[in-house]
Formats: sequence, structure tokens, C-alpha cells
Amino acid sequence: MYTLIAVLAPLVGSLIAGVARPVIGRHAAIAGSIVFMLVSAGAGILAQLGGVQAPLHIASWISVGSFTPDWTLRQDELSLAMVAMVSLVSMLIHVYSIGYMAHDKTAPRFFAYMSLFTFAMLALVTANNLLQLFFGWEGVGLVSYLLINYWYERPAANAAAIKAFIVNRVGDLAFAVGIALTYFVFGSISFDQIFANVAAQAANGYTLFGTQFPVLEVIAILLFIGAMGKSAQLFLHTWLPDAMEGPTPISALIHAATMVAAGVFMVVRMSPVINAAPVAMEVITVIGGTTAFFAGTVGCVQNDIKRIIAYSTCSQLGYMFLAAGVGAYPVAMFHLINHAFFKALLFLAAGSVIHAMSDEQDIRLMGGLARKLPVTWLMMLFGSLALAGIPPFSGYYSKDAILGAAFLAHTPVALYGWGLGVFTALLTAFYTARVFLLTFHGQCRAPKHVQEHVHESPLVMLVPLLVLGAGALGSGYLLRDNFIGANFAQFWGPSINVAANSPMGALDAVPSWVAMAPLAAGIIGIAIAITFYVLAPALPAALSQQFGGLYRFLLNKWYFDELYDWLLVRPALRLAKFAWRFGDEQVIDGVPNGLATLTTDASTQTVKLQTGSIALYAFIMLIGLLGFLSLFLWVR
Amino acid sequence: MNQAGFPILSLLTYLPLLGVAYIATLRGAEEAVARQARQGALAISLLTLALGVYLWTQFDPGQAGYQFVESAAWFPGLDIQYRMGVDGISLFLILLTLVLTPIAILSSASITRRGRSFFAALLLLETMTTGMFAAADFLLFYVFFEAVLLPMYLIIGVWGGEKRIYAAVKFFIFTLAGSLFMLLALIWLWHHAGTTDIVTLLHTPIPAAAQLWLFAAFLASFGVKAAVWPLHTWLPDAYGEAPVPGTIMLAAVLSKMGAYGFLRFAVPMLPQASAAAEPLMFTLGVVAVIYISFVALAQTDMKRLIAYSSVAHMGVIIIGIFTFTVEGVEGALFQMLSHGVVIAGLFVCTGVLLARGEGLALSRLGGLAVGMPAYAALLMLFSLANMGLPGTSGFIGEILVIVGALKVNFWVSLLGGAGMILGAAYMLVLVRAVLFDKFTRPELAQVSDLNAREYAMLLPLAALVLWLGIYPSSFTHMFDASVASLVQAHTAALSSHTALAMVTQK
Repeated sequence: MYTLIAVLAPLVGSLIAGVARPVIGRHAAIAGSIVFMLVSAGAGILAQLGGVQAPLHIASWISVGSFTPDWTLRQDELSLAMVAMVSLVSMLIHVYSIGYMAHDKTAPRFFAYMSLFTFAMLALVTANNLLQLFFGWEGVGLVSYLLINYWYERPAANAAAIKAFIVNRVGDLAFAVGIALTYFVFGSISFDQIFANVAAQAANGYTLFGTQFPVLEVIAILLFIGAMGKSAQLFLHTWLPDAMEGPTPISALIHAATMVAAGVFMVVRMSPVINAAPVAMEVITVIGGTTAFFAGTVGCVQNDIKRIIAYSTCSQLGYMFLAAGVGAYPVAMFHLINHAFFKALLFLAAGSVIHAMSDEQDIRLMGGLARKLPVTWLMMLFGSLALAGIPPFSGYYSKDAILGAAFLAHTPVALYGWGLGVFTALLTAFYTARVFLLTFHGQCRAPKHVQEHVHESPLVMLVPLLVLGAGALGSGYLLRDNFIGANFAQFWGPSINVAANSPMGALDAVPSWVAMAPLAAGIIGIAIAITFYVLAPALPAALSQQFGGLYRFLLNKWYFDELYDWLLVRPALRLAKFAWRFGDEQVIDGVPNGLATLTTDASTQTVKLQTGSIALYAFIMLIGLLGFLSLFLWVR
Repeated sequence: MNQAGFPILSLLTYLPLLGVAYIATLRGAEEAVARQARQGALAISLLTLALGVYLWTQFDPGQAGYQFVESAAWFPGLDIQYRMGVDGISLFLILLTLVLTPIAILSSASITRRGRSFFAALLLLETMTTGMFAAADFLLFYVFFEAVLLPMYLIIGVWGGEKRIYAAVKFFIFTLAGSLFMLLALIWLWHHAGTTDIVTLLHTPIPAAAQLWLFAAFLASFGVKAAVWPLHTWLPDAYGEAPVPGTIMLAAVLSKMGAYGFLRFAVPMLPQASAAAEPLMFTLGVVAVIYISFVALAQTDMKRLIAYSSVAHMGVIIIGIFTFTVEGVEGALFQMLSHGVVIAGLFVCTGVLLARGEGLALSRLGGLAVGMPAYAALLMLFSLANMGLPGTSGFIGEILVIVGALKVNFWVSLLGGAGMILGAAYMLVLVRAVLFDKFTRPELAQVSDLNAREYAMLLPLAALVLWLGIYPSSFTHMFDASVASLVQAHTAALSSHTALAMVTQK
């Protein structure tokens, strides 16, 4: 029951803020959204405390043949953990937005979207079948589009929003076909029935490209492509940095804490199927590890504070997939939850900085803000240390566990992921420290009129920061035992399928040098950043001169955007023009138009007729009809 | 007699003629007559709709065959009867016609010239379309099928845009040429079976060699009506040039006639030929989805972009029908309903702009979300439904077709589903060009938001989009039995062709 309240309350809030606003006015609209968010967060936490319950059937949805997905709320350990996290983080960000959006004229629309997003995200995590999950999946994608496009008079926001939606849809198509194949194979798309029959399908094949593949591998790969789109993994990642065009609170909520983690959640949710697909697991490992590395390298050279954090999100999601790929799903979930807190914290703190700097986002134009923004400074420090994986902050526990699990899995692929992961830990610490130092320390490089306006954010923005800061500090230590420690099997119950040969059981048995490696890498990364930006500030410029090619390669994000533009976008638009102007208008239409020219006389007659009586018109057509009828009778 | 106790289908069909008679009696100043005609037409179409809803409540979803059957001697010597009936396949197509006619009438506020004739034509169109969907006799079907041309031709040719004559003649010639082939097929079938009763024809075995020719004839006629690629080029012109109410009826209802023809005649009467044509139809469907979506992406006019998107969706419907699976066929049927509602909503949205004196060139719109929030929200909803977002009607049909197609062929499923990506691309481009970005002209800031009449058109459509999307069972429940028996009959007819039969089994 609490779960139902948690899921539906944001929808009500969204309707109040969105539809009822003209009647009740701006303040009541925003207040309505906030109140229902508080209700949702309360219910979400109560649901988590209440423990697992049977799925709550609400109504039937589609019922065609044996394709019968329902509207049902799943309330197992995995869903409840996500519900609690999503509703809590979302509530905090709603509260923060009161301050952040105070000067925005259309703020009720913003709150309506945020609440709608929360509803869709909660529907996603409580789905009891793949299609309901897909409903939430597309719902969050839609709201993400709407919110990236929130300032819709900006062309860049429009372009980014469309890009986000379409790139996601590429993944979604694979997901949809994956759902169809699941139904074809299992005869059902409800999770329980799928999971119960995995063993029976393990030996079956499916023919593609004239080759027989294990059918579970095909399903797992298709679903994972969907996850890649949503979680901005390599090849489908290009939308996430651009998505930073949206207001900062939604970057925190959607593009850091919740929506982008949906891909990871889906893979964890489907763990029984994924476990039966070893090749797909290797693909997940490789993509995850490579994304972590790729995004880490790009993050090191960007200058927009939000884009750097966006790349770090991309990179951290890679870590989560790395964990999932080696079968350590609880560890992936652990990092997911920790990441939600510290990344939301980082974004909101960054938002506080941007707010203070009159909407400046370039870290080259910041500096020396520590004294002027003490609370933001402290919170940013918490978030940064958590992201860099420094104990006792949360990121340390989960990142360590991921790398330990990857090492323990000990397959070549897992070791590839481990190696890149450890190196990425260094990169992460470096760029995190870089942002922190350039923003808060040294001389302020902003123009004078901006400097004069720098002010600490209002209380309504700082309180959510403090709560999230407590999360970044404590969540790793507090949740460790239950999520991945001795209690993990009991805590997650049957909601996550951990294979017997997964590294989960042996996490404590990691060799000590392996356990120390990420932390050492992190400290080295921070040391390099301090050298670059405090001790020898001339060094970065010199290095970028020295290694100009590499620098430009990273600055241009490995040229993915240019490549896609050249390879896909331009040809598609050219093809569209060609198909219309040549294919449709000349070739296909050419034939009938040629015929039409032959009957020009007839049409001239028609033109004349047109000025005449409609009755005559009708009469002629009736004669034609009678003609056909008589033909029919005559043949008889 | 039938369940209703009175000839409800004939009443539904001919009730609008009462309105035509009333309109014919109107006299006076042109504008006043147009207004009275509109009110009269609206009243009679709402009355018909109420009767249609009654039909739905009385409909027995458990029965697969025709219900509310009525028959009367027509050409007794030739064993041709006037026979009407409705089953799960036609029920909602009739209701779709009945729902959209009042909306088309409401959208005709700009029609002041020859208002009497216009509304008479619209009501006539309703009669013909309803009659066609309710016909249980092939000859009767043919007569209505042809008769639909008459009012539609007039609506395009008299009240259309600048190129209306070209568009009307093109529409007329294409459709007429197509239906000539159907006439030949009809004569052959009648000769072969000795009757034109659809139920009897369904149970008359037809030699496989003849089936192919018949199928080709059906493809020509229904293919043109359904605007199957490459027989679609009449469509953008007709949609583009017709006045908004005409476009609504064309896109939402008339385009379904072709798909309905495939479901009613081609597939059940010609099982072997349909099965043999499956690869061809899949190809045409996939080409329609992909190629036409690209063409839509290149459009520079709002109405034409929507017109092309309509053709792309017909591709999905064709794929669904020719999967011969319960999921695919119900998906196609559902997509027909959804498409009707959604496309009507989108065209009403273009009408809203036209009524404010705005053009439809995408390069001259933009930023309308600022001054027209309600319009923006509704246009967004219909656009999302058009790109198949879950929770809207468009998704249900799309996913069912993907599921049905996957049972037959992975690539058809994937490529047919590509509309998910391409549809999102062109619809988002449309939405951006109309609602977002900066104003291209300062006057756009002054455009007023929806008025009561426009709400009366758009809100019911929006409610239907959500109802269809969130609780589709209330609709699919009605066509379950009919579709199941259609698929079973098809499978049974092919049982000798084991290879194909295996594919169509669940």
C-alpha cells in the first residue's frame, strides 16, 4: 500500500502543478507538487521499512492472445530499495528547486515535469513485467526530453533534447524487440514467469545471420543495448553531456541519480537471464570498463563544470556495468545507490556555484569561491571525496568492491575491466580535484561584476545539500553490510540472482594490494591535480601544448559527435531530401503525372465543371456508379 | 431479428441522410445557412454517435461472427441480398467513423462558402463509410466503397486549397483505377460462388491459381486506399489540399478502408495467396515505414509532414495484418483505431493554426508554446502518441505488431519497429518547429490559445488517446474473438502447407 502511495503521489502532484496551475496560481501549484513529493518520500521509506510484499495487482493493461502485461507493482527487495532512494532524492531535489527556480516565470511547469518524472521512474522500478518497465523507461525518457528542452527558446536546448530522445530511442528499439523475443521464447513477459523458465530455455537457439545463437544471449544483448542508451554507455553516450542544457536540478535528478541508472537497474532486475548468458556478460563487462575509461579521459580536459560531472556520471555508470558484467549485481546496486547520493550532491553543489556565479559554468572563470560559499564548498568537498573514492566517503566502499569483484572474477575480460577501472580511479580523482581546486581555490578569475554578486545560496537550497552530504558521507559505511557484506544474500533475497560462481562470496578475500590499488590511484590522481593547479599552474598549459594531438582528441570527446554527424546525421538528412524530391516526386509520382498530362483535356473540363453546380457533379458520379453496376449485371 | 430488436445498422447508416434532408431545406443568407447546416449536421451526427455507443454496449464480445445481422432481398434472381452485420473487426471502425464525423463538423467553422452542400457532403460521407464497414455482402460493400469517392471528391475539389483540382482528380483516378480491379474480382467471386454473401464466400474454397490473381486485384484496390507504398502518392496531395475536415475524414477513416479490405477479404478469402504474398507485403510495409519516414523528415509543411507520417503508419498496419498472428492482427487493428484518433488530433491542430490565419510552412512557425500553452500540451500529446510513447494509444498497436512480427521474422520486427526512431525524429522536428525555438515572426506572440470549440474537438480525442493507451483491454476485448477465429481459419486453411503453418502457430 505504501508503495502505491509512493508511486501515485508524484503523479497527483504533477497534475496539480501542471494542469491546475491556471486555477490555483503559481505558489499553490508548486506547494502541491512539494507536498505530494513529501508524501511520496515518506511512503517510500515506510515501504522499505515494511519489507517485501507480494506484487500488488492494479489493473490489466494489454490482453491480446497470451500477451498479457498487467499494471502491477512489484514490491521485492530490489524495487523497494530503489523506491526509497528515488523518492527521497527526488524529494530533496524538489525542495532545492524552490530556491533554484525562484526567479523562473514558468516554474510550476518545471515542478510538474519533475513530479511526472518521479512517477515514471517509480513506475519503472516497481514494474512487474518488462512492458511496464518499458512504460516507465519511455516515460522518464520523455520527461528528460521535456526538461532538457525546458528553456525551449534556446536552440542548443532543442537540439540537445531531440538528440537525447532519438539516441535513447535507438536503444529502446532494441529493448522493444528484446521484449518481443522474450515473449516469443518464454510465452510471457512477467518477471516471475521469465525467471522460472530460464533453465528450460538455456539450451535453445535462435537463428540470426544464418547462424544459431543461444536465444538467451540474443535476449540479453538486445536488452543491454536498451540499457546502453538509457545509461549513456559507449556508442550511445553522446546525448548525456549535451543534456546538461537543462536546469541543474534536473541534471542532478535525471542525468545523475535516477534515470541514467535505470539501465543498470534493468540489467540487475534481469539478473537470472543475464547470468545464463555468459557472452552477454562479457560484452557488458567490456562496454562498462571501456566507458568508465573513455568518459574519465574526456572528463579530465573539459571546462564546463556540469559537463565534467556529466562525464563522470557516464564513467561511474560504466563501473556499475563492470560490476554487473562480472555477476556482482549487489555491488552494482551498492554503487548505484551511493552514486545517487554523492552525484546528486555534486550537481546540486555545482548548481549552487552556478547560481552564485550568475549562471557561469566555465571553471576557468571561477576560483577562490571557498570563502564566499562555505557551505557549498564543504558539500562539494564531500561529494568530490566520495566520487574520488577516499575513505570514509561512500564511493570508496563501492568502487573498491567493484574493482575487487572484477579482479576476483579473473577472466581476461574482467581483468581488462579491472585494469581500466583502476586507471580510471586515478583519472576520476584527478578531474574531481581539478574541478574542486579551480572552482574554490586560487584567485577568482571571474569578471568584476560577477564577483560582486557572489552569494551563498538560500537555506532552502542548502538543507537538501546537507542531507545529501550526510548520505555521501554515511551511505557507504552504513549500507555496506546489508548491500554487499555478510548479510547480502538475506538482504536482497531472491530479487537478485547471484550465481554460485560469482565473486560475491569472496569479496573479503581480495589480495591486499588489489584492495589498496584504487585508493592509491585516487591519491595519486589528487596529487597530480594539486601539482597542476596549485603548485605548478603553468604545467597543464605546457602539457597541452606538448601533447596537442592527444589534448584535442580528448577535448573533442574522441570525435564521437563529429563521426556520428558525418556517418549518420548528414547522410540521413540528405537521404530524406533525396527520397522526397527524387524518389517520391519524380519516380513514383512521375508515372501517374505522365498519365495525367495525357488527360489534360479532361482536367480542363473538370476545372470548368468546378464552377458549375455540385448537383451536376454528383449526378455525373452517380451515372458512373450506375455504369459499373450495369456492367456487373450485364456480365451475368 | 437481431439482438437490438430493430435494424440498428441500417439506422446507423442512414440516419445522417435525415440530416442531409434537413440541410437541403435550409434557405437564406449564405453565412446563416452555413451555420444552421453545421448545427444540424452536428446534432444528427451526435445522435448517430449515441446510437453507435448503444451498439457497442449491446455487442457480444464472445461471438466471432457477424452480429446484428439484417438482410433483405435485393436482386433475388441473382442471389444478391442487402445484408448488414458487424463483428469485432468492424465494430470499432464504425465507431471511429461516428466519433470523427462530429469532430470533422466542428472543425468546419471556416467553411462558409456553399455551407449547405459541404455539410450535406460530410453527412453523406458518414453514411457511405458506415455502410461500407457494416456491409455483410460484397456487392453492397463495393457500392459503398465506391460511393465514398463521391462526397470526398467534392470536398477536396470544391473546398480544397490552391491545387485542389489536381489533388481531387489524382485522388479520384487512383482510387477508381484501383477499385476497377476489385470489381473484376467481385464478379469473378460471384460467378464462382454464386453469391456475394461474405460469410458464404469465406467458406468457399478458391483454387490457388485464381487466388493469386484475386489477391493482385485486391492489392490494387485496397493498396491504393490504404496508401501502401508505392501507391501512396495521391495521399500527400489529397491530404495537403483538402480542407481540414476533409483531411480528418480521409486520414482517420478513409485510409482504414483499405486495411479493412485486406482483413475482411484478402486474408480470409485467399489464405494461400496471402501467405504467398507475405514477403511482398512485409517488404512494402518495411519500405513504407523507413522510406516514407525519411520523406516525412524532409517535409517543410506541417500538414504534409503529418500526411507522410500517416503513410508510414499504414506500413505498420500492413505488417501487422500479414503476420497472421493474433498479436499482429490485433495490433494492426488497434493501430487503425489509434492512428485514426491521433491523426485526427494532429490535423485538428493544423486547423487551429489555419483558423488563426497562420500558414503551415514550418519555417514560418515557432515559439508558439509561449502564447498557446494548452495548444502546445495537446499537440505534444498527439505527437507523442504518433511516435508510439507508452501510455498513449500509438504504443499498444506498435508493440503488438512488433511482437506479432517477431513470431514470424526477426528482421521484419526490427525494421518495422524502426518507426520508433524515425517517427520520433520527424515528430520532434515538427514539434520543435511549431512550438519551440524563438518566434520566427513577432506576430506569433499574439496568436491566441484554444477556444471552447477547439477544446470540444481536442479534449475528447486526447481522452481517447489516453484511454486507448492506458486501458486498451476495453477495446481489444471486443475484437479478440473475431481475430482469433480469423487467425485460426487462416492457419487451418494452410495446414497442408506445414512450413507456413508452423510459423503462424503460437
